[in-house]
Parts: sequence; structure tokens; C-alpha cells
Amino acid sequence: MCAICGCGGHEHKHGSDHHDHDHDHDHHGHDHHDHDDHDHRHAHAPGLSQTRMVQVERDIFAENQRHADANRRSFAARGLFVVNLVSSPGSGKTTLLVRTVEALKAELPVAVIEGDQQTGLDAERIKATGVPAYQINTGKGCHLDAHGVGHALAHLPPIEDGVLFIENVGNLVCPAGFDLGEAHKVVVLSTTEGEDKPLKYPDMFFAADLMLLNKSDLLPYVDFSVEKAADYAGRVHPGIGVLTLSARSGEGMAAWLDWLRAGVERAKAGKAAARPKPRVALSAGT
Amino acid sequence: MHEMALCEGLVQALEEQARAQVFSRVHKVFLEIGALATIEPAAMRFNFPIVAKGTLAEGAALAIDFVDGSAWCMQCSGNVAVKRHGEGCPACGSYQLHILDGAQMRIKQLEVS
Repeated sequence: MCAICGCGGHEHKHGSDHHDHDHDHDHHGHDHHDHDDHDHRHAHAPGLSQTRMVQVERDIFAENQRHADANRRSFAARGLFVVNLVSSPGSGKTTLLVRTVEALKAELPVAVIEGDQQTGLDAERIKATGVPAYQINTGKGCHLDAHGVGHALAHLPPIEDGVLFIENVGNLVCPAGFDLGEAHKVVVLSTTEGEDKPLKYPDMFFAADLMLLNKSDLLPYVDFSVEKAADYAGRVHPGIGVLTLSARSGEGMAAWLDWLRAGVERAKAGKAAARPKPRVALSAGT
Repeated sequence: MHEMALCEGLVQALEEQARAQVFSRVHKVFLEIGALATIEPAAMRFNFPIVAKGTLAEGAALAIDFVDGSAWCMQCSGNVAVKRHGEGCPACGSYQLHILDGAQMRIKQLEVS
């Protein structure tokens, strides 16, 4: 069993025919239901053939949310500002992250969790900057989940009062529904993509609080309207922040770095406010 | 695509319910999916039988109630139904919507034995 969250790895998956419960079949006061569309393929054991309805109010996202909440508490206690970077493949997310880390590492503790289906290439690019990074390979999985991020944290040094970047799997669909415990999702849209992506993938642009329009150095050569992209994103998410930048040329990076610094200041202030007040001994005569 | 993972979460939830409410077989699952939940019902129907194979829910039917999300429209000053993000208020067309609900996927009830 895992020591971090008590999970049992793959032990959840087991056959169902081993339950030897003592069923009480006397009370059939349940509301019966349409038997027409009922699937009768099962060979029911004698005495188990009566079906009943049970009421459940259970959100399937609740399990991920439980881990996300735990991550968020852990981040808050450490004064960590956590950014979940999402985009389609090829938006320049990793290059942006490398440049961002290089700019901040001298003034702030920085760590990175990388998510990709395969390879540790992105984590290697981050580690080359001298900052700790851990790669999660999701295999066939299309998104990071809060449980996996919780485990990844154990592989990173316990930094405080800084910024943790989580670079999600390049995918504008699936990561939208999964809270990892981050302060903000930040969506990267590059000028070589369509400016209508906020309308095509609205869930992601709704989930993100900031949109970075990357590769601004290519604007003279591509048919990409920054105004339209910002307008479309605003339709999906009124009030979403928009910053235009180029990780390659450095143009616009200052505003992004300031946004991150401000986030770290908020995280540090939150940690200080949550910390128990030191008990001050009253000294006589003062 | 993430519906596969959600189906795994669903089966896990069914196993928890089986222990809590004492049943060994699930015959039908009644799900409520919000229109803003980033879930494609067709993908759920495709993945569920695959994930459920060999579990207490093998062969179980999936009944999906796909419900609109809701939002507060700042122009109308009232609650409106929303089918997807970015479409604007169905009454006045304004995009100044504050989303209230619609990102849920809930098990409502189960037919079990």
C-alpha cells in the first residue's frame, strides 16, 4: 500500500463474485422499475435474482477532488504558488517553461512536474536549467490527475515560498476536467494555431484563468488576430487574463514573470496568515 | 478520451457502494452528466462495458441523464440554462455569464442484486 495516500495501486480492480454477503431478502419495499430494458444476461445465483434500487448521490469527480484538495492544502502550507500549464501539443509550452524557469530560478525556489504520455525528454530539458523536475508518464492516459501529482511531489525536494509548475499532457480537452490542486490553470495558445481555439475547446478556456498567446514573434507572418483570440476567450470565460509573449524572443515575458511573482507573494502571505501565531510572553513592566 | 479514466472511477465508486449498501451485482447505473462536465455520453457508453468487464458491473446497462448547466446572466439578472461554454445567454446573447452548475457526473441510483 502506498504510504502517501493509502492507495493500493491496482488492487481496486477485482472480480465481483467473491462477495459473500449475508443478504436480507425479506424487505422488498423498493420501487420496482422497468424490466423491459433490463439486461438479464447474468446467471444469477439462487436467492440473488431479485434486483432492487439503491439511491446514491456520488460525484465521480469526487475522488480526484479529494486528492486535489489534499494537494492544495499541502501547497498552501508551503507557500507554493502552483500553476497547471495546459495547451495543445506544439504550442511551445516546454520552451516557455524553460525560459521562465531560467528567468526566475535565481530569485525564487522553482520546481517542475512534467506530464507526457511517454519519454522523460521534457523533464531532461527542465533539469538542464538546474531546477528539480519530475516526469510523470501517463502511458495511454490523456491527462494528469491529482493522485498522480500527489505522488510526484514525493520525488521533488520540499521547496517552500516559490513556484511549482505542472506541465500537463499536451491536450486541450481532457485536462480541463481535472483539478490538480493548482492555484490557476494557464492555457498556452500559440499564434501558429487557430485563433478560434477558445470556441472549439471552450471547456479548457473556461477552466483557465490566464491565456498566454505564445510565439508573438511570428505574428507578422501568420493570419492570427490577437484581438479575436482574446474576444473568443472572453466569451467562454468573462474576465480571463490575456498576455501576449514570445518565449523565443523574450518579448512580453516581463508581464508573465510579474504575474508569477505576484502569485508567489500571495502564496507566501497566505502561508504566513495560516501559521499559528507565536505565543508572545508578556514581560513585566512594558 | 478521458472517459476511460472516468469509467474506472465509476466502477471504483460502484465497488465502494457495494460494500456500503451490501450488494454484489450491478445491473443498471443511472448517471446524471452535466452539459459542462467535459464528458461525452457516447464515449462513456463505449468505454463502460470494457472497463466493467470482470467486475461487479459486467454487462450492466448505463442510463444517462444529460442535463443543462446553469448560469447567472448579468444582463438578464436571472438564471439561464447553458448547453456549452462560450455560447452566450440563450435569452439575450450576452457572454457575461457566471456559471453556477453543470460540471457534475453523479451516480443517482443503481439497480442491484
